[in-house]
Amino acid sequence: MSARKPYVRPMAGWWRRNPVFMRYMVREASAVFLAIYAVSLLVGVFRLSQGAAAYDAWLAALRNPLAIFFHGIALLAVGYHAYTWWKVMPKTLPMLHVGGRRIPEITLSAVGWAAWLAASLIVYALVRGL
Amino acid sequence: MKRANEPVFWSLFGAGGVLSALLGPILILITGIIVPTGTGMPPDAMAYPRVLALAQSWCGKAALLAVISLFLWHAVHRIYHSLHDLGIHAGAGAAAVCYGFALVATLATAYLLLIIGF
Amino acid sequence: MADAEKTIEIEVLRYRPEQDREPVVQTYQVPFTDDTSVLQGLQYIKDYLDGTVSFRWSCRMAICGSCGMMIDGKPKLSCKTFLREYYPGKLRVEALSHFPIERDLVVGIDDFIGKLESIKPYIIPREARTLEQGEYLQTPAQRDQYEQFSSCINCLLCYAACPQYGLNPGFIGPAALALLHRYNADSRDEGWEARREVVNAEDGVWRCMLVGYCSEVCPKAVDPAHAINQNKVNSTLDYFGVLKFLLPKGAAK
Repeated sequence: MSARKPYVRPMAGWWRRNPVFMRYMVREASAVFLAIYAVSLLVGVFRLSQGAAAYDAWLAALRNPLAIFFHGIALLAVGYHAYTWWKVMPKTLPMLHVGGRRIPEITLSAVGWAAWLAASLIVYALVRGL
Repeated sequence: MKRANEPVFWSLFGAGGVLSALLGPILILITGIIVPTGTGMPPDAMAYPRVLALAQSWCGKAALLAVISLFLWHAVHRIYHSLHDLGIHAGAGAAAVCYGFALVATLATAYLLLIIGF
Repeated sequence: MADAEKTIEIEVLRYRPEQDREPVVQTYQVPFTDDTSVLQGLQYIKDYLDGTVSFRWSCRMAICGSCGMMIDGKPKLSCKTFLREYYPGKLRVEALSHFPIERDLVVGIDDFIGKLESIKPYIIPREARTLEQGEYLQTPAQRDQYEQFSSCINCLLCYAACPQYGLNPGFIGPAALALLHRYNADSRDEGWEARREVVNAEDGVWRCMLVGYCSEVCPKAVDPAHAINQNKVNSTLDYFGVLKFLLPKGAAK
């Protein structure tokens, strides 16, 4: 008769036990803010389809301080998503080489961050009407 | 072993992830902070005639559909999998709600963009 | 004499199945110097303070993979972690997370061994190679595709780091998937077909949420997160029937 009695530790509260896990949960939570933002854009498109008065009401709602506050938090959340997205992107690629040397992951991430910067500037310029 | 159908949702998650990792922050900044507070942008940047013209062009429709739809496919995938991380045993029902929401939103956006006209 | 002997407080999570209903913390005062590892601290406890403490160890030089444990909540090799880092505070030593505790710091690893076997950890060539054909030729770039993944010492720190393994014990897991990739990525191997069921399964690469902690804690820089997520792309291409056009010479059955 075996004297073994393996003890399985519970997983409850696992993500509070390590800062790495906390940062992971923050990253995952950014999706909630992205979803709410996308829905607000959908509402905007809906209001657009209803005519100028409805659309202007949507614009006015965006000027509400609570709405601006939400977008501030969303900006931080989605900004964190964007930063971590390019940080881990190299993990989906095979090892890449140039001139016999492996391209480091941080270089590939930097390409992603640079693309983010370029895209942001282009969108800003387009909206501004330059 | 049970084969996963994940690739379908992961592809949409990935596409939405790339798009939101490029355009998410700037769009939130412009539409949610800069334009509403009237700083750093002409006041008519998001005025009805301008945005209507955008939504009536094929490019504009594609852009609006891509942003709204892919942002949501990305978000629901992450939210669905996070339920499990939080100890909520999300099964097929939760998956149907999450991915169903993204699907409905995609179809609704496409429909709205069509009725907005050309 | 250079300095008086310092002591540090080590808390050890004990578990004796024959007498404990659940694990309990026991505290020991352990003398140490600048080069005393946590493993040496445990050996001091066992030799001089409490002979009943059980733990695995072998090489004392971070190559056998035996001495993995949670040190202040982080998965580490006890032979490669030093008491001086925690002084003047105390440190807590517990068995590796996400594994059932057998006794004290010893965990049951049968699950992992089974998974290791399931990924077919050997070269699967398309056809058996004869001696007359000579050796396989491989460029440095080809070798770079798999070499780091061959460094795994099966220490299981990555499984202790992986919350998805903790939440879903069916998950094949970082080390096993990294080793799977080590063979798939080897130019001498054409075993994608033989291993694809494991890769494509829900408990295969798709259980990974890219927390990335596995690669952070790996003492050998294997980077299992890279192996797994590279294969999410492969699995997706396979799912849509496109992968076969990208595999070098077709895959072995």
